Amino acid sequence: MSAAASRAVAIDIRGVNLSYGATRILKDIDLSIRPGEMFAFLGPSGCGKTTLLRLIAGFASAESGQVLLDGRDVAALPPWKRDVGMVFQSYALWPHMTVARNVAFGLEERRLPRREIDRRVAEALGLVGLADYADRRPAQLSGGQQQRVAVARTIAIEPKVLLLDEPLSNLDAKMRVGVRRELRALQQRLGLTTIFVTHDQEEANTICDRIAVMDAGSIRQIGTPMELYERPANLFVASFLGSANVLDGTRSGDVFEIVGGARLPLPPGVLLPDGAKLVFRPQHARLAAPGVFRGPITQREFLGATVRYGVRVGDAEILVDVPFQSGQDLHGIGDAVGIDLPIERALYLAA
Amino acid sequence: MALAHVPSGRLHLAGACSPGQIALALAIALFLIAFLVVPVATVVYVAFTEKGSGALTLVNFQDFARTDLFIRSFWNSLYVSAMSVVGASLLALPLAYLTTRFEFRGAALVQTLGFLPLIMPPFVGAVAMQLLFGRNGSVNLLLDEWFGFKIGLMEGLNGVVFLQAIHYFPFILVNLSAALRNIDRAMEEAAQNLGSHGFRLFRRIAFPLALPGYVAGASLVFVKVFDDVASPLLLNVKEMLAPQAYLRITSIGIDDPMGYVISVVLIAIAVLTMWASAQALKGKDYATTQRGGGGLARRRLTGGRSVLAHAVVLGVLALVLAPHVGLVLLSFATVWSFSPLPDGYTLAHYARVLGDSSTYIENTLLYAGLAAAIDVAIGGAIAYLVLRTRLPGRQMLDWTAGAALAVPGVVLGIGYLRAFYGVTLPGGVPLATLWIVIVLAIAVRRLPYALRAAYAALQQISMSLEEAAENLGATKARTARRIVVPLMTGGLLAGFVTSFATAAVELSAVLMLVQSNSDAPIAYGIYVLMQTPAGRGAGAALGVIAVVIVAVCMGLSQLAVGRSQRARGLDL
Repeated sequence: MSAAASRAVAIDIRGVNLSYGATRILKDIDLSIRPGEMFAFLGPSGCGKTTLLRLIAGFASAESGQVLLDGRDVAALPPWKRDVGMVFQSYALWPHMTVARNVAFGLEERRLPRREIDRRVAEALGLVGLADYADRRPAQLSGGQQQRVAVARTIAIEPKVLLLDEPLSNLDAKMRVGVRRELRALQQRLGLTTIFVTHDQEEANTICDRIAVMDAGSIRQIGTPMELYERPANLFVASFLGSANVLDGTRSGDVFEIVGGARLPLPPGVLLPDGAKLVFRPQHARLAAPGVFRGPITQREFLGATVRYGVRVGDAEILVDVPFQSGQDLHGIGDAVGIDLPIERALYLAA
Repeated sequence: MALAHVPSGRLHLAGACSPGQIALALAIALFLIAFLVVPVATVVYVAFTEKGSGALTLVNFQDFARTDLFIRSFWNSLYVSAMSVVGASLLALPLAYLTTRFEFRGAALVQTLGFLPLIMPPFVGAVAMQLLFGRNGSVNLLLDEWFGFKIGLMEGLNGVVFLQAIHYFPFILVNLSAALRNIDRAMEEAAQNLGSHGFRLFRRIAFPLALPGYVAGASLVFVKVFDDVASPLLLNVKEMLAPQAYLRITSIGIDDPMGYVISVVLIAIAVLTMWASAQALKGKDYATTQRGGGGLARRRLTGGRSVLAHAVVLGVLALVLAPHVGLVLLSFATVWSFSPLPDGYTLAHYARVLGDSSTYIENTLLYAGLAAAIDVAIGGAIAYLVLRTRLPGRQMLDWTAGAALAVPGVVLGIGYLRAFYGVTLPGGVPLATLWIVIVLAIAVRRLPYALRAAYAALQQISMSLEEAAENLGATKARTARRIVVPLMTGGLLAGFVTSFATAAVELSAVLMLVQSNSDAPIAYGIYVLMQTPAGRGAGAALGVIAVVIVAVCMGLSQLAVGRSQRARGLDL
C-alpha cells in the first residue's frame, strides 16, 4: 500500500457547472488539488460541497466543465471504473456482510486472487487497528469502529484519490478530535490525495493542507487555513471562519467613516473594493481610552482564556476579546468604554 | 408531545380493568374459540383418532403415507407451489428492479398491478387462461398457423403454475419494491464506488438487502398456492393436496379421516412456511440499521437496454392482463372454441346472471357485508384491548385471531362441517347447513386483515386525546364511544371495505359449506358455472361482476383512508 505514495495524483476541476432542474448547484468551479494534498471543501449545508465530491466520484454529471484525475478527463467513466475511493457520511457498511467481507468487496470486484484479497484485507484492517474485528458484523461495532471499517474498505482497493464525505459528523464530539488525527496520520502515511468535505471549520483547519470555502455553489476562496483566517478575500469567508466584527461605512479621503460616526484612518495608498465594509477579529481590538469607538458594554461572556465583551457603537455591537487573568477586575454591563484597533488589523472587504 | 404523554399513558393503563372491558374480551374469546379454535381443533383431533372407536392413533397418517395418490398429490402441491414462487419471482424481480432503479415511464402503472390479485382470484380467470393459452387456445392456434408449433403452457401441473405465477407475482413485486426503495442509496453507491455494477451489484448488494421483502412476498405466494382448491380443479388437475381434501370430504363424506389428515398436512405446511420465512429473516431486519433515503438515484436507460426493459415490462403487463381480457371476452362470447377470438358477441350471459342467477350477487352482498362488519367490530375491539388496556390475556386474543392466517380455507370449511353438523337447531336443522355459517367462516378468514387495519387506525390516535376526555369527566366506555370510535372511523371503514372486497371472492371455505345454490355467493356460482362449457359465458359474466364489485370497493377503501387522513391533517 506504500506504493500509493509514489502514485499520488492531482485533481483538476475546470469550469464545472451543474444544475438540478432550474436550481444551479455548482457554478463555474475551478480548482486544482496537488498530488498528496489533504484538501477540504468547507461551507454551510446546501453550498454544493457534497455534490462536487459526488461529481468527482461519478455520482453526478456536470453540464459543462471537466474533472481531470492525473490529467485525464473522467467524465465518460461510470463510478465503478474511476478508482476513486469514497467514504460515505453514513459509512454505508453492508449489514449482510462481516467486516472482512465488506473490506474484501472491492478487491473481489477486481477479480484478484483469493490469497491477494486475504492479504490486503488483513493489511487494511491492520492499518485502521481493527485486525481483531474481521468476523464481526457492522451492527456489532461502535460508531468510530464503523467509520474505520469504511475507511479500510476504501483504501483496500488502493484508490487514486480518497474522498471523505463528512466523515466525522456521525461521531460524538469527544471522538472527533481523536478520529480526525487518525485520518490525517493515515493520509500522510499513504500519501493519498484526499478531499475532506465538512461544514465544521475546526475540522478543516486542523487537518487539511488547503481549504476551498464554498457558498451557494461557488468557491469563495482557496488557501491554507492560516491564509483564509488572516487574509479572507470577502465578507463571507471572514465571517464563516472565526468571529468577525463587520461595520458599514464609506471612504472619505484617507479615512473610513463608519455609520454612526466613528472614523478610522486608512493605510496610505490602500484600494477599497466597491461596497467595502470594515472587518476585524474580536481579539485584534483592545479596550482602551479614548479609543476609536466609544460606547456602553451590553454583554459579557466568560470563555475561559478570554472574556468577550459586546459594546454598543451606534446601531452596531462590536465584540472585543480580552485575555483573562485571574484576579483581574472585569467591566460590568453599562460601563462606558473605548475600543482601539491597530490600523493594520483592519480589513476592508466586500461581499 | 410524544415524550410528554408517555408517563401519563402508563398511569392511564395502570387503572383497573372495567367490567365492560372484561365482558368484551370474554365475548371475543368465545367467538374465536367457537368459530376458529374448536373447528380447527376438531380437524386435528379427528386426524389423530381411529375412525369409529375414537382412540388416539397415528394410523391415519400411515394410511396417508401408504396411499400413492396422496403422496403424489403432496409432491405435486410442493412442486406447483415452489415453481409458482419461481415463476412469480421471474416476473417480479425485473419489474421491481426496473421501476425502482431506473427512470421509467409507467412505473406507477406497473406498481398499481400490486392490487390485481386482490381484485381477481386465480380461479376466476382459470378457464379464460385455458382459452387463451391452452392447447387449442388463441395463442397456440395462431402460433400453429404462423409457425407450425404449439407451446404447452397450460398442460397439467405447469398450467396451474402458469396461472398462479401470473396471479400472485404482485405479492412479491409489492414487497420487494418497497424493500428496494427503503435501501439507503449510499449502500449501492459504495458498491459502485468500489467497482461493482449491473447484475453483480443487484446480486451482491441490492437483493440481499431487500431479501426480507422478497421472502415475505414469496412465502405468501407459496402458502396461497398450496392452499388453493378451486384453481387446480378448474384446470382439471385433481392430484394436488388441497383439491384432494375437498374431493375426499365431498365424495366420501365427513366421516372419512383422510380429508382431516390432508388438512393437518396443509396447516403444517402453512405454519412451517411462515416459521421458515421468519427464521430466514432473523437478524436481517436491515431497515432499522439503515438510515433510509429513497434508494439509488434513478438512472436513465439508453438505447438497446431501454428497448429491452420496455419489452420486458410490456410482456409482463400483457400476461397480467391476459386473464382479465380473456374473462371479459368470454363473458360477451356466443361461442368461443377452437378459434383465436369468439365467433360472435352477445349480452345474453349478463342478462342471464342478472336475471335468474341474481341470488348469487344478492347473497354475496349480504355475506360479505355481514362478514366485514363482524371483522371490523372484532378487529377494532381487539386492537383497543391490546393497545389501550392492561387486561390479562389480551395478547392471546391477538395471536388467536392472527393464527387464522395459517388455516387454509378448505380446512376451516371441513372443521365447520364436522364441528357443527352435530349441532342441531330446534326443528332438527344442523347448524352447519345454515347460510350464517358461511358468513362466519368468511369472517374468520378475513379477520387478520381487518385486525391489521384496526391497529393502524388506533395507533394514529394520541392517547392524550382520550386522557383529555377522561379528565373532563367521561368514563372509559363513554370515551371509547365518543372519542376513539369516531377518530378510528376512517381506518375502520377502509378495513371494512377491504374485508368486504376480499370476502366477496372467498371460495375455498365456501366450497365446503354451501348446501344449496340458493345459499351460494358469487364465487361459488362462478366455480359451478365455469365447470361446464354451457355455463362458461355466464360464469365469466359473474366473474366480471365480481371483479367490478371488488375493484370499486378497493377504490372506495383508498378514498376512505385518504379522506380520513386529510381530515385529521395526516396527509401522507
